[in-house]
Amino acid sequence: MIHIDRRLIKNFDWVTLSIVIIIAFIGIMTIYSATRPLAAEEHSGFYIKQALWFVLGIIALFLIVSFDYVWLSRFSLYFYIAGIIFLITVFIFGKPGMGAQRWLSIGPLSFQPSEFFKFTFIIMLSQQLSKMNSPVSITSLFRIFFLIVFLPFLLLIKQPDLGTALIILTIFVSLILAKGLYKRVAILLVIIGLISLPFLGNILWEGLRDYQKNRLVAFIEPEVDPTGVGYHINQSKITVGSGEFLGKGYLKGTQGPFRFLPEKHTDFIFAVFAEEWGFFGSLLLLSLYLILILRGLDTARKAKDDFGRLLALGITFMFSIYLFVNVGMTLGMMPVVGIPLPFMSYGGTALLSNLLSIGALINIRTRRFYLFY
Amino acid sequence: MKSESEKILIISYIVIAVFLLLIMRLWQLQILQGSKYRNMSEANRLRIMTIPAPRGIIFDRNGTPLVKNSSYYCASIIPDEFDRVKVEMLAKVLNMPVKGIFEKINKKELSPFIPIRLKQGLSFNEVVYIESRRSDFRGLIIETEVSREYIYGDVGSHLIGYLGKLNPSQSKDPAFRDVPPEAFIGQWGVEMLFDKSLRGIPGKRVIEVDALGREIKLLQEKSPIKGEDLMLSIDINLQKEAEKAFGERAGALVAIKPNTGEILGLISRPSFDPDLFARGISHDEWIALTQDKKKPMLNRALQSQYPPGSTFKIVTAIAGLEEGVITPETKVECRGGINYGRWRFGCWRKKGHGVVSLHRALVESCDVYFYEVGKRLGIDKIYNYATSLGLGKETGIELGKEKQGLMPNTKWKQENKRLPWFLGETFNTAIGQGYVSATPIQMAVMTGAIANGGNLYRPTLIKDLRPVLSGKAKIRPETLDIIKSALSGVVNEPGGTGWAAKSPLISIGGKTGTAQVVRMKMGFKYSPERFRDHAWFVAFAPVEKPEVALAVFVEHGGHGGGAAAPIAKRAIEGYMNSSKFKVQSLTLNQVQAKIQNSKLKTRNSKFKNDTHRSQIN
Repeated sequence: MIHIDRRLIKNFDWVTLSIVIIIAFIGIMTIYSATRPLAAEEHSGFYIKQALWFVLGIIALFLIVSFDYVWLSRFSLYFYIAGIIFLITVFIFGKPGMGAQRWLSIGPLSFQPSEFFKFTFIIMLSQQLSKMNSPVSITSLFRIFFLIVFLPFLLLIKQPDLGTALIILTIFVSLILAKGLYKRVAILLVIIGLISLPFLGNILWEGLRDYQKNRLVAFIEPEVDPTGVGYHINQSKITVGSGEFLGKGYLKGTQGPFRFLPEKHTDFIFAVFAEEWGFFGSLLLLSLYLILILRGLDTARKAKDDFGRLLALGITFMFSIYLFVNVGMTLGMMPVVGIPLPFMSYGGTALLSNLLSIGALINIRTRRFYLFY
Repeated sequence: MKSESEKILIISYIVIAVFLLLIMRLWQLQILQGSKYRNMSEANRLRIMTIPAPRGIIFDRNGTPLVKNSSYYCASIIPDEFDRVKVEMLAKVLNMPVKGIFEKINKKELSPFIPIRLKQGLSFNEVVYIESRRSDFRGLIIETEVSREYIYGDVGSHLIGYLGKLNPSQSKDPAFRDVPPEAFIGQWGVEMLFDKSLRGIPGKRVIEVDALGREIKLLQEKSPIKGEDLMLSIDINLQKEAEKAFGERAGALVAIKPNTGEILGLISRPSFDPDLFARGISHDEWIALTQDKKKPMLNRALQSQYPPGSTFKIVTAIAGLEEGVITPETKVECRGGINYGRWRFGCWRKKGHGVVSLHRALVESCDVYFYEVGKRLGIDKIYNYATSLGLGKETGIELGKEKQGLMPNTKWKQENKRLPWFLGETFNTAIGQGYVSATPIQMAVMTGAIANGGNLYRPTLIKDLRPVLSGKAKIRPETLDIIKSALSGVVNEPGGTGWAAKSPLISIGGKTGTAQVVRMKMGFKYSPERFRDHAWFVAFAPVEKPEVALAVFVEHGGHGGGAAAPIAKRAIEGYMNSSKFKVQSLTLNQVQAKIQNSKLKTRNSKFKNDTHRSQIN
């Protein structure tokens, strides 16, 4: 079934792949530095695990690239249903981690189904939207919302995985906007949104766990800090700021290994990188991400069909949102939301699912011409 | 409707805008505020701990240590990390009220990185408990401090002094810039005087700590340099015995080595317990000490000045002999007093001493004899000899804060009282009453000069310093021999006023004195203590080759012979027991004979008649 065409190699999106490999490599190096032991202990194996997941992810990426992405569209419903089932399974068999049930254990592996769900969700959404006319009518809009978005949103809120829940909502809104709306529908939606905002906000606030409320409070007033979340924000700012222009040097950072910075190799990995490589390194890293995103948008522009365009947009939006929220949080511009930095944060499932998404993106760009085969 | 390409272009612009926003924020954090955050990360990671330098040990002249250093544990907390400490638990562990901890934290508004001392003197168990539960006590630092222990308690506390924290004016003084804020420095006595050399140089440890406050790595270590030891000139045995002899009475004793000026003992009673200060004195304790009616913080040896009473007769006698107004054979009849104009100047012995010569006049302390000598000399001549023996000016001991006493003359009276000098005042001065006053240390230095042939040494507390001559009284050796013989008689001869100082171990010479508080008609027995006279006694020993000279002053002690002389005796015996000097074991008779045999050349007196009627009309 795997058909390697000469044109496939010729049109392959080597730029995106290279950037992702570079970023992932930087990520593994940074994980190594962040988790390095202080005394003469053995190094914790996080960076090795991440490297193994990365190899696995690259294989999966090539698997995705090997067949036409149209197949993704055809099987989108099954993917989606599988994703939902995963989410439900978490409730039944999931093990709690960090105050939330997000993890599912299969043998020695534990993984986060919500990471996979995002990918299946974007495929499903793109497939549904691609069948519609642009602009989207209000009935189709509500149909899609209640059919695809509402159930997983509730499930994710319940987990609770607020970060992912808000992200799928954001992806939904962005994709709808990208697809196109009637002006009056858009205005109507904005008005409904504004009216229901306090109401929704209240429900949302009541639905929040204590630690989530604290994060919000801490973001607004870092000094009034009941449980030390403000401390996290402060330490993150110290970590980033202390890098100054050229950084402290690789393996010379102190904030992470000395445990001043929490979640150093996961959510706050950007801070560890910024500490060791300074403004200069951070600028380079952000440039890599910028190229990746702009290239994703370009892929969407060049996609041969509407599904490919929406899928590329959805994936690029996802990465952008993750990046902005994560870096914004690290720099103290946003409340602490527990979402990782794509390709860099430690986390096997996330890396695998991100590489799958990149695979889809490369697939769309590689097969951007009609009459490909 | 825009084309798909246009939409994506707009999205690209938005993405670039957000990136610019992130980069601006990075610029702000890393470039604009970078050094601030760099410092904060260093403060996170580095902990600079000072290792206190062991303070120099203070020894007495025989090498007996007077102080020792002992270490104890202190708990401090970094204010910045206080929020994350479980206060209730901390309070329980340190055995402190929660409120007390908050008070300490809130009191100081220092840098959030300078630790605040919570408790001093933690037990070993408390330290172990805290260290084993480090994660519950982030930001808590256990430090070792060295405290001073005063081996002899309150013995010699005025002299040795004590340690205390920097006071506010000292903290601003650049001389104390290197002293850490919680450190103790000498605040009194020798501890203060030689603080700089005793203090040593504290060491430093720079360690890396993790967020739990655990030590990760030693980055830099500078060992402390121990302070220099100090060997004092004092003899702790003399000091101890003398303080014991004082008992509850207030007063002072200064003993010096006549040939060098080294202080052998410096006592001021009552004294205070220097251990009170060793770990920081409480406000209440300090108030109690300073407001005590007995004034324990007053160094009476240097700061109390009283008329020297009959001890001053030594000066009068020397002046008389040197000026040739009397010879040892000059006789005066004492009928218990003389009349001068409307006033009567009595002798302490109402029935009189009869006809006395100089020797007996000193031994029995006949006032009338010295009225006569004073009259023949005039105040200004007495003044010359008194000042050449060090009265009326500071002795110059290192401790400072000395009073200078007062030696009056006609010029002084004219300048200060705007009155001419009266003869009656000469009478008073000749027996050490009236305007004249002296401190115990002045009297000790004077006695030392008489014992050593007239050399006035600047008293010092340090052993084996090169003696510093601060003056020289030109007195012929013959005169001094006559005086010494008489002073030996004061103690050793029948009828001598200083009989209470007579020692079977060593030959002591001395002179009693009584400084009148008020003229009382009442007998001594019935007078309340505060109206009793002050007792003086000056002494030296051994008579033939003096090794120690001293002055004792007992506040409201009554007569010098009864109150002060036994203290002098005990101090001298104490010194004898501990010191290496060999007492030439001459018997008293031999001593007397030796002095008698020395041919005395006295100038021809203007007063040919040996017996002078002490009647001045």
